[in-house]
Amino acid sequence: MNTSTMTVRRYLVLGLVALTSAFGDTLLAVGMKRVGPVSLSHPDALLFALRTPWVLGGVLLLVVFFASYLTALSWADLTFVLPATSLAYVAIAFLSRFWLHEQISAERWLGIALITAGVGFVTQGPAYTARHSADAAFTGSLQEGK
Amino acid sequence: MNLSTGPAIAAMIGAIVLSATAGDVFIASAMRSIGDLDQIKETRGFQGAVWAVVSEGRFLAGATCMALSFFSLLFSLSHADVSLIAPAAGSLTFVSNAVAAKWVLHENVDRRRWLAAIFVCCGVALLKS
Repeated sequence: MNTSTMTVRRYLVLGLVALTSAFGDTLLAVGMKRVGPVSLSHPDALLFALRTPWVLGGVLLLVVFFASYLTALSWADLTFVLPATSLAYVAIAFLSRFWLHEQISAERWLGIALITAGVGFVTQGPAYTARHSADAAFTGSLQEGK
Repeated sequence: MNLSTGPAIAAMIGAIVLSATAGDVFIASAMRSIGDLDQIKETRGFQGAVWAVVSEGRFLAGATCMALSFFSLLFSLSHADVSLIAPAAGSLTFVSNAVAAKWVLHENVDRRRWLAAIFVCCGVALLKS
């Protein structure tokens, strides 16, 4: 398969990056609220937090996030993956509104609209820059810096 | 030494943005040189794919930079409000990543991608404010 070809499966990987990031962060937030403030004098409370289902679930989702993020970067440019996966911020806003029942201000709705528009821009174009030229250019940049 | 002044906070935000950008650029470069992970999994299995990633020096450099970014964030949060640090660092990272991708990774950052980076930057700033 051509590295620049975006298949349904690859869009699903990008969606997985966004969703696991959003759900992972939300589960961590819920879990840490239930655990309560962690004092620097009692860092073992963090180990206790890791044994709670919410925090453990959040950590597992963030592991899946990192694996799918790396997979996406193996066939798409950084400037394609980052905006595309920023839909996680939109997902977090909706989770906050409808699950945690937090209020979303007009500014935040505007932010959601801007992110969605940005994602729309980037997904209309090619996902990948020709591999050999870009990789050689990066190696050249590193050597110039020495 | 007072670290709650404007220049000190700006330096802390700069440290977060720089280390996060360096982390993303190193990891993106590592994944580019490794190649399509799906194809590697097909030929060398899951463990082969994991080994291909963790044995790549640029991946380790990227992970180190990301850890530095995380600790810079924690440090800055102990001196300034999260309502300032989070939107500033989060949104500036999108623009710095686009600049680094253009000049370091030599990605084809066309007008569409610049617009996307700026829209997402503004959107993240509004969401986190």
